[in-house]
Amino acid sequence: MSDSTYLGMPPFPEAARTALGDTQLRSNLAHATDTIRRKRAAVVAEVDDWEELREAGRAVKERTLRHLDTYLVRLEERVTAAGGQVHWARDGAEAGRIVTELVRATGESEVVKIKSMATQEIELNETLAEAGIAAYETDLAELIVQLGDDHPSHILVPAIHRNRAEIREIFVREMGAYGTPAPDGLTDDPARLAEAARLHLREKFLRAKVGISGANFLVADTGTAVVVESEGNGRMCLTLPETLISVVGIEKIVPSWQDLEVFLQLLPRSSTGERMNPYTSTWTGTTEGDGPSTFHLVLLDGGRSDTLADRIGRQALNCIRCSACLNVCPVYERVGGHAYGSVYPGPIGAILGPQLRGTDTLLDRSLPYASTLCGACYEVCPVKINIPEVLVHLRAQVVDEGRERRVPKAERMAMAAARWVLSDPARLAAAQRTGALGGRLLSRRGRIGRLPGPLSPWSDTRDAPSPARESFRAWWKRTH
Amino acid sequence: MRVALFITCFNDTLFPDTGRAVVTLLERLGCRVEFPLGQTCCGQMHFNTGYQPECVPLVRRFTEVFDGYDAVVSPSGSCTAMVREYHGRVAEVAGDERLAEAVRAGPPVYELSEFLVDVLQVTDVGAYFPHRVTYHPTCHSLRMLGVGDKPLALLRAVQGIDLAELPAADQCCGFGGTFALKNADTSAAMCTDKVRHVLATGAEVLSAGDNSCLMHIGGSLSRLRTGVRTLHLAEILAATRESPVRKVKSA
Ligand code: SF4
Repeated sequence: MSDSTYLGMPPFPEAARTALGDTQLRSNLAHATDTIRRKRAAVVAEVDDWEELREAGRAVKERTLRHLDTYLVRLEERVTAAGGQVHWARDGAEAGRIVTELVRATGESEVVKIKSMATQEIELNETLAEAGIAAYETDLAELIVQLGDDHPSHILVPAIHRNRAEIREIFVREMGAYGTPAPDGLTDDPARLAEAARLHLREKFLRAKVGISGANFLVADTGTAVVVESEGNGRMCLTLPETLISVVGIEKIVPSWQDLEVFLQLLPRSSTGERMNPYTSTWTGTTEGDGPSTFHLVLLDGGRSDTLADRIGRQALNCIRCSACLNVCPVYERVGGHAYGSVYPGPIGAILGPQLRGTDTLLDRSLPYASTLCGACYEVCPVKINIPEVLVHLRAQVVDEGRERRVPKAERMAMAAARWVLSDPARLAAAQRTGALGGRLLSRRGRIGRLPGPLSPWSDTRDAPSPARESFRAWWKRTH
Repeated sequence: MRVALFITCFNDTLFPDTGRAVVTLLERLGCRVEFPLGQTCCGQMHFNTGYQPECVPLVRRFTEVFDGYDAVVSPSGSCTAMVREYHGRVAEVAGDERLAEAVRAGPPVYELSEFLVDVLQVTDVGAYFPHRVTYHPTCHSLRMLGVGDKPLALLRAVQGIDLAELPAADQCCGFGGTFALKNADTSAAMCTDKVRHVLATGAEVLSAGDNSCLMHIGGSLSRLRTGVRTLHLAEILAATRESPVRKVKSA
């Protein structure tokens, strides 16, 4: 099973080139994103006050994040009072250590897991595997990814890059090695595939003593954790084991149940295109004789408080992981999730990853540029994160860091030259005359087919116009 | 009303015919535009690529050059959006309170279709263009400026035009400024789909309110020898029976 991590991923343009050439992936993605886009658009159109709801969602998040310290302390108090134990983790490694210790203390060597972004972010399965603890994913799509020794490529539909035939193959090949094998004569009929997963998982649910989850929301007022899901596997993980460990990012807090209500309307319509999500589980500490008798809440910072300090970048913490921005993104639609090199793909990944992890790697420096700034993501985001604004802000950060390192870079020199020309109309006019001359030398019938040097990626697939013989300003001067 | 034309450095250098069409069109509608020669660039390329301090002199120049006009009109959705949305941010990041004030006090900047429909309040501009045309709305006009279907209303009123609806019109063409160079492969994949939709309309002309997107899609249309040409909205609106589009650039 998967012990591979995202370390050493190539920068986005490189990974994208490979993905673009995968015809099966292209058709799987085009089909899936188109379907879910339509579903979302239809159910959003039903809500008259959708824009007000979005604004309410944004406002609640902003207010909560502004007073995050207060709400976190309140949450800890209430969870503890209700019989839970709260642990604080500065980063992924610390969270991983805490969870490993907690599982070890139970004496168990396997756990069942609900689909959770936070545990993927900290690569918990890999950490547990190193400690000899097997973690079984129970969400259908996560199971497909895990059995296929693969990475998730979508927040909500981690196996969006796989089609039915591929899934059948993975089940037949891998299930037997980890438990109940796939039934004989399994076809790629979705109902049969789901049945195979059910049989495989049931055995694990009934045996498991420890469950691991994330949470979509934490209600500070009552110390309640909330998970929303579509399959019901989550509820099994939350109720059957004796010990429940939930790893949750500190930004998942909402102050009250009234605030929660806003998000329970925004989330399903934005993510699965449903009016209401099928399963909403909530739990407050522990309850004698009902569900897990031990509950641990591991609160994860993992770069979040640094992100919170950035006035423009902090809106990324509003994210409720609905994945609407992925589904409408023209770049994601063509490239898929793996090229983003982390558990957070698509537009949100391009702004969240470089903030949570920093911009030390080539990959994280390339992500803010993995967008045309078309704005489709901002338009659909249920909590109104202005993703293009944050992308441009992070680009400035990447450029400024480059300046500090004082690495000479062709682009920086070109930008400096352009600024010099553009800040003076006389220089611009002179450049236009020179450019027109150069353009005429390169062009045939008004079109340039090959551009030199750094501009050649343009002319690999596109002709370029040649600069006009007479610029507009020259014409104006001549005629006015 | 004193109206200034902001041509944009890109149109000035590569697409002067668009600027001339704007002047012809607005004069025909009885609106005299001025062209302040001190103008250069809105700073969009620098800003969007991450070179924010480099934008400061460009923003300062913009505020100085257009100070005192009642309105500024520009044949570019994305440059208009840059001025409206981000000039204030540039001043703020630079910590230049005087510049920020100058940006706030500056005249309203309109994209051409907004200026025609909202300010001059015309949709029938008296144009004649007997060709099959399809229109790409461009992302910044659509989503940053929210021009809605103003450009289409203007085109529908053109005499002789055969306007074909572009499938998946609101999808980005993949230009994105330096994106087209930094992520050339993804950009090309996006452009290919746009080209496919353009060809499906059977149009002879693809129009838009931004020459940058047109240069991108047009570059592919030309490379593939599709025979479809690109023309800025202003050039179609400026065309009449007496003076049709001057030069027919074939793709
Ligand atoms: S950024 Fe917005 S649209 Fe994207 S996943 Fe988060 S909440 Fe959803």
